[in-house]
Amino acid sequence: MSQTFDRRTFLRNAALGVSASTLPFTLVELAFAKPEDTFTFAYISDSHIQHIKGTQFVRNWDRGLIRAVAETNLLTPKPDFVMFGGDLAQLGNKPELDHGAEMLSKLKGKVYHVMGEHDYYLDLGEYWSKLFGPQYYSFNHKGVHFIVLNSILTYDDWTFNRWPSPEQRMLEMAGLDNPNGSPFMVGDKQREWLRKDLAKVKKSTPIVVFSHSPLQKIYKGWNFWTEDAEQVQALLAPFDKVTVFYGHVHQIQYNQIGNISFTSAMATAWPWPYPQSYAQAEQLLPKLTVQMNRADPFFERDATGWQLIDIHSGRSRVNFNLYNNKGRTVAFDEKTGTPVDSAYQAPESRTPPQAHF
Amino acid sequence: MKMIRILAVALMGMAFSSVALADEFTESDLKRWQEQFDGVVKQGRSLWTDGKLGTNGVACAQCHPNAANTHPETYPKFQKQLGKVANLWEMVNWCLRNPLQGQPLEADDAKMTAMLAYIAWERRGVKLEPGKH
Repeated sequence: MSQTFDRRTFLRNAALGVSASTLPFTLVELAFAKPEDTFTFAYISDSHIQHIKGTQFVRNWDRGLIRAVAETNLLTPKPDFVMFGGDLAQLGNKPELDHGAEMLSKLKGKVYHVMGEHDYYLDLGEYWSKLFGPQYYSFNHKGVHFIVLNSILTYDDWTFNRWPSPEQRMLEMAGLDNPNGSPFMVGDKQREWLRKDLAKVKKSTPIVVFSHSPLQKIYKGWNFWTEDAEQVQALLAPFDKVTVFYGHVHQIQYNQIGNISFTSAMATAWPWPYPQSYAQAEQLLPKLTVQMNRADPFFERDATGWQLIDIHSGRSRVNFNLYNNKGRTVAFDEKTGTPVDSAYQAPESRTPPQAHF
Repeated sequence: MKMIRILAVALMGMAFSSVALADEFTESDLKRWQEQFDGVVKQGRSLWTDGKLGTNGVACAQCHPNAANTHPETYPKFQKQLGKVANLWEMVNWCLRNPLQGQPLEADDAKMTAMLAYIAWERRGVKLEPGKH
């Protein structure tokens, strides 16, 4: 099995050639006992396309997405599909969603979408749904059950009664550190849908869940948080192999809670500091996570990127393709039963400076 | 000589008048000073989240929530990208010019003071480490 795996990895890297060292995406591979069941998908997230006026958009964020799309199209063999992890827009308006959709339309192959809060809080996802379809859904692919959740909902009172205008509501939720924001949640209705959806699935079937916010609690102040995370985790607990992918955090995070492996996606737009770099915050970043170095703003694309994911035996191997950094790979390790970085497992093997300010 | 005499007379005058001495301040002074500082920090926070500070709608807080990853306690320091020892306001200006596509501010511009005050406030309690990368 490992031989087959290595061969595939080698072939992919060989096919990518020189560009492999600079690819900035999250490629995911889910591998199976039978090598022919192994497949990959690309995972692009958090592009935050930002409208200035007329036909002007923030160039920096545009470039991040354009690059991810171009590089995804260069992959050989082609990934089975592309997942976009949410926050395509910055303020959820039509020009931003249209401009983002146009850039994504250049992707070859099937593209699935996750709802982000920046896509949602202007018109509560109405225009996004017109472009991309339902806000939560499931599908089966090569023996894996995929679930996409809209995890960025919040309390009805905040959504419907608190703000004088949709624009104001969007602005308040768009500020990551805004104390007027409100915690994300999946909510009763969707959890009931999830319960029914999972009732039809065998416990041995590998489950892969996508949400925009982490389905675990890391730091509430920046909404690295889902209010009903434990309730969602409980619904996933009976299954043998569960993987949760999330965006929102603009940084590499991974964790293992019981049977559930968590891995985050990079943003194509800009990186975020780890919560512990905010001196006044109490945060719960998973101990498993080996953090990225802090970004150098003089490299416009530093600490941004995308992912190529291999799925094998229902477990994932996430290749972080970082535009201005050495790529990283976080793969599920059967021995430890957790996701592990292939290069940076121990403090002594990390590249200085790893300190965060 | 004449100046000194005038000064001496002035000092004697102050000593006998009701004007407070240099080392005297009251609770209300403390309160006023704190309010002045807090007001400037508040102004700094509002600039930090203001999409109109530059020209493209991007705000400082987009990349630096709660002014994180600005590490003010390490300045001044050798900024490898500038090739010299720099102060934090120079880095603020770098961000104003580049990600915000805007104009730099004078070092003593009230807006710059406000933003630096906000940055320092969010970093309160962290020990000074000037020069640290």
